[in-house]
Amino acid sequence: MVFYSVPLGKLVRRVSRLRGGGSALPGLVVEKIDPGFMRRTLATLPHGVAVVSGTNGKTTTTKMVVELLESQGLRVFTNRTGSNFTRGVAAALLGEVDWRGRLDADIAVLELDEAHAVHFVNSVPPKYCLLLNVLRDQLDRFGEIDKTAQLLQHIAAKTTGTVVLNREDPRVARIADTLTGQEVKYFGLDDSLLGTFPNDDDMRAAPGSPAPAGLPEKPAADVVLRKVGADSAEFEYDGGTVTTAMKLRGVYNIFNAAAAMTLARSICGAGAATADHATLLEALSKVAPAFGRGESLTVDGQPLDLVLVKNPSGFRLGLKSFAAGGYATMIAINDNYADGRDMSWLWDVEFDSLREGGVDALTGSRAYDMALRLQYDQVPVGAVETDIPAALAAFIREGRGKPKRIFCTYTAMLAIRRELSKITTVEVVS
Amino acid sequence: MNPAEAPTAAAPSKGTLRVVQLYPRDMNIYGDWGNALVLQRRIAWHGYTPELLEYNVGDPFPDGVDIIVGGGGQDSGQLIIQDDLQARAGQLKELAEDGAPMLVICGLYQLFGKFFKTRTGAVIPGIGILDVETQGTDERLIGNVKVSTTEFGEVLGYENHSGQTTLGSGVRPLGTVAKGTGNNSNDGHEGARFRNIVASYLHGSLLPKNPAIADFLIRTAAERKFGSFSPGAPDDAYAVLAREHAAQRPR
Repeated sequence: MVFYSVPLGKLVRRVSRLRGGGSALPGLVVEKIDPGFMRRTLATLPHGVAVVSGTNGKTTTTKMVVELLESQGLRVFTNRTGSNFTRGVAAALLGEVDWRGRLDADIAVLELDEAHAVHFVNSVPPKYCLLLNVLRDQLDRFGEIDKTAQLLQHIAAKTTGTVVLNREDPRVARIADTLTGQEVKYFGLDDSLLGTFPNDDDMRAAPGSPAPAGLPEKPAADVVLRKVGADSAEFEYDGGTVTTAMKLRGVYNIFNAAAAMTLARSICGAGAATADHATLLEALSKVAPAFGRGESLTVDGQPLDLVLVKNPSGFRLGLKSFAAGGYATMIAINDNYADGRDMSWLWDVEFDSLREGGVDALTGSRAYDMALRLQYDQVPVGAVETDIPAALAAFIREGRGKPKRIFCTYTAMLAIRRELSKITTVEVVS
Repeated sequence: MNPAEAPTAAAPSKGTLRVVQLYPRDMNIYGDWGNALVLQRRIAWHGYTPELLEYNVGDPFPDGVDIIVGGGGQDSGQLIIQDDLQARAGQLKELAEDGAPMLVICGLYQLFGKFFKTRTGAVIPGIGILDVETQGTDERLIGNVKVSTTEFGEVLGYENHSGQTTLGSGVRPLGTVAKGTGNNSNDGHEGARFRNIVASYLHGSLLPKNPAIADFLIRTAAERKFGSFSPGAPDDAYAVLAREHAAQRPR
């Protein structure tokens, strides 16, 4: 059975691509007929597997780690299609292996959804893991935030080499206490920047009320983000600070650059390559955001920014990072399974920053929930149209000559990209 | 459509209503803030002056409370507030018996009951204002919910809980579940009503899409404080449409 599973899986992949189908089906097929395929293939990698997980920033961070390692001459396998479920990894592997099932890479860097990461590490213990944060996201799937932290802890426990943790997220940093054999490294943030990262616990706290039990004393971090400029950032590592240009926007993306640097330095330090910091920094300065993560397209000669919003902290950071002034604004809220069905999260975001300019258009299956939310924050609302293609066309027509910004949930973003691809060049991910 | 306006200088306030959020620091998940915000705005839209206060563990308990609103929390949040809540049980009970309107959602609904028995058998005492008991389970009840009620019409929300609550004879259910599960997987009831307390598992947040419940709390508070309530005219066009669309969404 094993002998024909790879050719068969590859065939299914080709057929399903021709049909324009989803990226996970061939993974499902190979998983069914050859459950050992993924473990066996990944076991051949000389430097093992690195797993990136957490609520926010997985895709961009994974992309950064890959580009950093490639700058050091490593051949990296990754699940680039954004299908961050185990099945998606199997599907991506099928695309990369030769017909005999061999993978031509030094290391795998995989982005995994928290719950799926648990299944994955049970089958393939990673050598490295990078745990970004635990925030409220799709709690209707995982239950509660403390439960999500337990999922991350399990990933760390199954890791055989180095665990990289966010020093500033108490639920993530505390995972260190539960580990025994692994090497632990932290990435950190300058105290002056902590205020730009409201966490869920601080969300509605009274002024001056104490933060929930953090770490009694902050451990030293391998890489610390010290300052963020308009298009640059200052990092501290190895006892010195360096300033580098950045293409990435938004403090949260740049904080994840510190995470990516820490993981890349660990992997290189473990002998996979010799870290050359000049080329590492150059690679870092060139990283562009992953699709939908603050990417800018051009429509009618004007920029159109897509900002993915999946949870309250992400939405708040998005509103904070991208000033509303001068932009036509649309918000697209869907409640499909991948978005999370519960709309409660919209009530944990403050929309005051949009009050002055108002919101030009609302769309998505829950456009009216969003309209209601904005009414209670006294933000003027323009058009409300649940049908995304119709709403997008009107938004572009009426916002002619103005830069535009669309805040959108995951499936709303896919729909918007599909529509935009008809009028501009967009990388379509299905 | 522009957001409805607060009372202007030309229309003097009909009086102040003081809303107290119970434990927003530790019992605040799934948009519970939405309920407090809706009360704050609608009080103003009805021509009264809202005053929104927070009560957290260790704070002095505010005087002259007109409306209490409390939310859900994680297990860790429930442990943090447990002792403080017991210490305040007398005051809260007095307010409840005196007819103060209250909204308690999910975690605080459970703790306003007699007890919460966890899966492992540990018993977390409640404050016994509501004649209800809750049993922890391994099954999480998650999804959109539609409830038929006699008082508030159709109530829409989203449930996400593993505790199952059984009502005693001292309370009546908020309503009967038309979609979703509600209090427990057996009797088809959702929430509880006792005096002017509305208790429910529903997030969503509950009040934005169910203005009838918000206005019940505000009317009751005004009547209790001023002897009568003269409503304003909040613009509920978006609430009506949000309800229509939400009602069509899958579980």
